[in-house]
Amino acid sequence: MSAESVIPDPIRAGLARGWKVIDGARATADRDLSADVVIVGSGAGGGVTAEILALSGLAVIVVEEGALKSSHDFKMREADAYPTLYQESAARKTRDKGINILQGRTVGGSTTVNWTSSFRTPPTTLAFWQRHFGLATYNEAALAPWFALMEARLHVADWPGAPNENNDLLRRGAAQLGIPTGLIRRNVNGCWNLGYCGMGCPTNAKQSMLVTTIPSALDHGATLVTRARAEKLVLKGDQVDGLDCTLLDAAGLRPTGHRLRVRARHYVLAGGAINTPALLLRSNAPDPAGQLGKRTFLHPTLVSAALFPQRVDGYAGAPQTVYSDHFMHTQAIDGPLGFKLEAPPLHPVLLATTMQGFGREHAEMMRRFPYLQGMLALLRDGFNPESRGGIVGLHGDGAAVLDYPLNDPIWDGARRALLAMAEIQFAAGASGVQVAHERAPRYASWNEAKAGIAALPFEPHLTRVVSAHVMGGCAMAGAGHPGVTYPDGRYRGLANVSVHDGSLFPTSIGANPQLSIYGITARLASDLAQALTGRPAARPQAQA
Amino acid sequence: METTRRTFLKAGLLSGALLAVGGGWYRVTHPAPARGFVLDGEARAALDAIVPAILAGALPDAPDDRARAIAATTGRVHATILGLPLAAQQDVQDLFGLLALAPARRLMTGIPHGWADARDVEVAAFLQDWRVHRLALLRTAYAALHDLVLGGWYSDPAHWDAIGYPGPLKELA
Repeated sequence: MSAESVIPDPIRAGLARGWKVIDGARATADRDLSADVVIVGSGAGGGVTAEILALSGLAVIVVEEGALKSSHDFKMREADAYPTLYQESAARKTRDKGINILQGRTVGGSTTVNWTSSFRTPPTTLAFWQRHFGLATYNEAALAPWFALMEARLHVADWPGAPNENNDLLRRGAAQLGIPTGLIRRNVNGCWNLGYCGMGCPTNAKQSMLVTTIPSALDHGATLVTRARAEKLVLKGDQVDGLDCTLLDAAGLRPTGHRLRVRARHYVLAGGAINTPALLLRSNAPDPAGQLGKRTFLHPTLVSAALFPQRVDGYAGAPQTVYSDHFMHTQAIDGPLGFKLEAPPLHPVLLATTMQGFGREHAEMMRRFPYLQGMLALLRDGFNPESRGGIVGLHGDGAAVLDYPLNDPIWDGARRALLAMAEIQFAAGASGVQVAHERAPRYASWNEAKAGIAALPFEPHLTRVVSAHVMGGCAMAGAGHPGVTYPDGRYRGLANVSVHDGSLFPTSIGANPQLSIYGITARLASDLAQALTGRPAARPQAQA
Repeated sequence: METTRRTFLKAGLLSGALLAVGGGWYRVTHPAPARGFVLDGEARAALDAIVPAILAGALPDAPDDRARAIAATTGRVHATILGLPLAAQQDVQDLFGLLALAPARRLMTGIPHGWADARDVEVAAFLQDWRVHRLALLRTAYAALHDLVLGGWYSDPAHWDAIGYPGPLKELA
């Protein structure tokens, strides 16, 4: 029996049941559609919102730039996954190309390709929002039930298996140094422990939007349009009167020449924290506080690889199960940038392109692939007064571009992060440590690394900086504080527009953001459903 | 070292202008590619010369195998570029436009004759130059070549055995 027949494909089954899914690439004419609510984007914020609104009886249209792919398509090959499932073939970059950004572009958005790490918004982050942005309703107690709701919906739970060696080395090295670590909760149901979450889950175990909220919304009458790029909101006074979309070819690169116009009572923007501000900018949306697209955060991430005498097999098993927040708390939240430590899964293309150098030196490192361990440090940007993140703008062709200057607070954090990772890797028994920096040789001891990293120049392109978390640009703020949106997600200056994605966050989260987006947008969507229907919103529940 | 120093000294203020001219020239001779990125002539020769420098130590030694592997990698790089957004394809087109222009090639890379005659050591020297160059534009050009060529090589299952990567579970892949 073939593997495909034993793994049910919920997308194919849904399409066979008669889901309303329009593939924009195959449209042969311009289309006009209307609904109660149109949602731009099918990722964490769009998926959660679509389900709650559809369950509450509203007619919903979800517009998605990516294609509808499913477990049947997920073959665990980087060569297929990056071009089909990621923004810009997984090579999206900041304007000066100083940071490479991994962001999903498929039904389910980044949740289809993320590594399943699930953290509630840290209480210290919420306290900062209350103090500095007037977000009084964003406190731990008020949000707890929403996190609990979405944790139940998406099977977020402790991971019952042992961490793989790639993660356990982080735990053991940190323990040697007296640095506490924790175990990461994951949104999986019946996980096979394969390690290929980043290429789309081939067994539908990952509880991404692709297999949870989007199917539920479609079962409740929602319409999904794929390969439709939201181009412009049509403004009429302080109202939006329509959304113009460009339909794209099957590869998602070129317009087909056909257009889609969607009209709705309300518009929810959930295209992620680069594309949502860009859509508003293209639409010349009002921006009374002058903050649209500004304060966009990335958790700028540093990378260190270490060579071990034993096999690590960093490609195998649940990709992220161990973390440390120790360096989040070693200084004030608005002081030198804190960082979270995690381990990334290692796959050939991701490793080969992330690590510096070429020729024999690079080939020699790759030959030791099974013995390499990877570590990440995610800088908590947006808290230090000088850490103002980046600004989303538009290229001449209207495409979004993020200008994120790498300034001194980032470089200071980068140096401390590389030092911390190298020390932990040597404490775990590494025979060599290679930090991702064009000027860094492989260090053979902690003493050598300590002196070497202290002397490295920290400059764009020399120091490898990556990101998988994009936040901000449509920041919420309470009364009396400048912001792009109100605490209920409504857009300031447009009466029938809400933002429901990571662009709402006024700082970075300081943790992998998916659960923050799920919990916060579940509350916003429930309030929106009630406002539009006059009845309490339906509560989403996990399927068996 | 001589090549490194020479190109480093020459690649000053002129470089930005040259990149613009090179890209502009290429755009004129390769107008708005309806099929996207086009790799031909000296541009393809440049990539064929850059691939073995980046993959030294990974390519097979036997001349025939080596030539086949280089050609296959150039093909995969080409396919990768064709999957990028059109604006990014244009950026890469401009880079190869520069590399294909003889005066620019000599000034920016120190490669004296055509790409077909470039020696691996010369190509490696210019890549190393660009890698840490004081002009950000050249550092990003190096980074693009690094990612495209290494990505093209290691995405190919034929090269996984050599690095001890078993690949995904066969029954599901």
